[in-house]
Amino acid sequence: MIRVENITKRFGNYPALHGIDLEIQPGEFIALLGPSGSGKTTLLRIIAGLEFQDEGHVHFNGEDVSDIPVGKRNVGFVFQQYALFRHMTVADNIAFGLTVRKARNRPPKAEIKARAQELLRVVQLEGLGDRYPGQLSGGQRQRVALARALAIEPSLLLLDEPFGALDAKVRKDLRRWLRDLHKQMGLTSIFVTHDQEEALELADRVVVMDHGRIDQIGTPEQVYMEPATAFVSHFVGETNRLPDGRHIRPHDIEIVAEGRDRVIVDNVFRKGGSWRVEGRLHETGTIVEIDVDSHDTPPAVGETVAIAAKRARIFSTAEER
Amino acid sequence: MTRKTRKITPGTESRIAQVLLITLALAFLAFFLMLPLIAVFSEALKQGIGPFLDAVANPDAFSAIRLTLIIAAISVPLNMVFGLAASWAITKFSFPGKNLLLTLIDLPFSVSPVVSGLIFVLLFGAQGLLGPWLSAHGVKIIFAVPGIILATVFITFPFVARELIPLMMEQGKEDEEAAVSLGANGWQTFWHVTLPNIRWGLLYGVLLCNARAMGEFGAVSVVSGHIRGETNTMPLHVEILYNEYDFVGAFAVASLLAALALVTLVLKTVLEWRFDLHSGARH
Repeated sequence: MIRVENITKRFGNYPALHGIDLEIQPGEFIALLGPSGSGKTTLLRIIAGLEFQDEGHVHFNGEDVSDIPVGKRNVGFVFQQYALFRHMTVADNIAFGLTVRKARNRPPKAEIKARAQELLRVVQLEGLGDRYPGQLSGGQRQRVALARALAIEPSLLLLDEPFGALDAKVRKDLRRWLRDLHKQMGLTSIFVTHDQEEALELADRVVVMDHGRIDQIGTPEQVYMEPATAFVSHFVGETNRLPDGRHIRPHDIEIVAEGRDRVIVDNVFRKGGSWRVEGRLHETGTIVEIDVDSHDTPPAVGETVAIAAKRARIFSTAEER
Repeated sequence: MTRKTRKITPGTESRIAQVLLITLALAFLAFFLMLPLIAVFSEALKQGIGPFLDAVANPDAFSAIRLTLIIAAISVPLNMVFGLAASWAITKFSFPGKNLLLTLIDLPFSVSPVVSGLIFVLLFGAQGLLGPWLSAHGVKIIFAVPGIILATVFITFPFVARELIPLMMEQGKEDEEAAVSLGANGWQTFWHVTLPNIRWGLLYGVLLCNARAMGEFGAVSVVSGHIRGETNTMPLHVEILYNEYDFVGAFAVASLLAALALVTLVLKTVLEWRFDLHSGARH
């Protein structure tokens, strides 16, 4: 179990994290989700031991590792830009963590080689061991970085924006592949992302962060359906924020015959499996997005329609940041 | 048809400018760089290869060459280590006084070499700050080889660091962090990760450092004392021979220095080519 206790970190005058508490169960797949500047990467680096907290503690399985540097925490870290060693072959990159071990802990050469081959198989890059990182595609490099981190048999896998540098299609494939890999290996993993879709799809639990604090920890279902704060509500998934403090998802709005809230339709377009209607509240001009089932007929542009919320959450407007 | 020619013409004006500029640059280069270079070699070989070889094999010339090689052999490795350490510290760590260090590295470039030499005389000379103490202990720095080495190290300090700092800044510290996270110690990280990443830049810096170490005149002239056969480096020896109207001798030794510069230029070009190739392959 990983326990993070009251972690505080400042960079000069800039407060990066305030009193972070977090517990992670063995085998869990955790997403640290937040916008840039939310402190998610700093938290990941502190858990790794690449950065040190000003206050607070990090425990791995009951052991206080707060002052132990990254090399002795037995964590696998996958960097956003992969940080592959460009002058080494792919196989040498993967084997690096084993070859730098002290002689008495170092497996024999043949065993290291076999281990690298095995990991190449795990990340589906068999036969590419003799290539150099520069000769691989982005997705392949990402998998090499992962294999290299796994080679040291870490007790915890940490990934910093693992799909950030990839294009949409590769990103999706790799996401699915990583989820399967996690299921097979059951390795406790934490990844940082700013993409809520990624977090909801992959993680067992999502930690939503903003301004160096945790706003909510919960399953994707909880975070999406029962956002704890106004920030979570609009950062995770799409939300209409009405002037009275109601937060309503586009798919939770119905167009009705009679109603208090009236919307002037500005734009209608097809969005995947449904229609997306964009409009303005008649009274305040607040922009509203509505999903209409693709079998129904959407309203016409320029029309004024009445709406009703099937489901809404209310946050005090003072809470809005 | 007219339309077509007009479409081509806009290029002609800039083409004239292009030709003019290239001609100007080439003429300037020929006059200020190539001509002197040719003059050095032709003066050196004016009376045939015999006198040239005699001049180079002259005991004083020989000892100047030897001293220059010794100075370079000591100061270049020292500055390689200093330069690496400074670049590493500046690019991988943050600490108070970092900007000051960055400024100080440039100091030898911004101060006149003569002043640099004088600083050492003021520090270690007979009338200097540490002079009495040094002479009491029988240590001779000024007008001796240690002084020349000190001055040369000072003058050539920025070359390696200036070459490495931008390179290492661009590369960031992720590679090192990756190595450390995989369990590598400091030395393994440096040897297996950092050094391969910077090797071409380092070699280039060392080359420039070496060229300057062998060619430095001003600072060395102040601290050397010009003792023939003892504290004369090649540039100082050239001056002495020239002042004594031994033109063949002066130009013969000068041509060796010039040859060194040419070799450095060729190596630099080769390195730059490899460097581009290397950094090109990264993306």
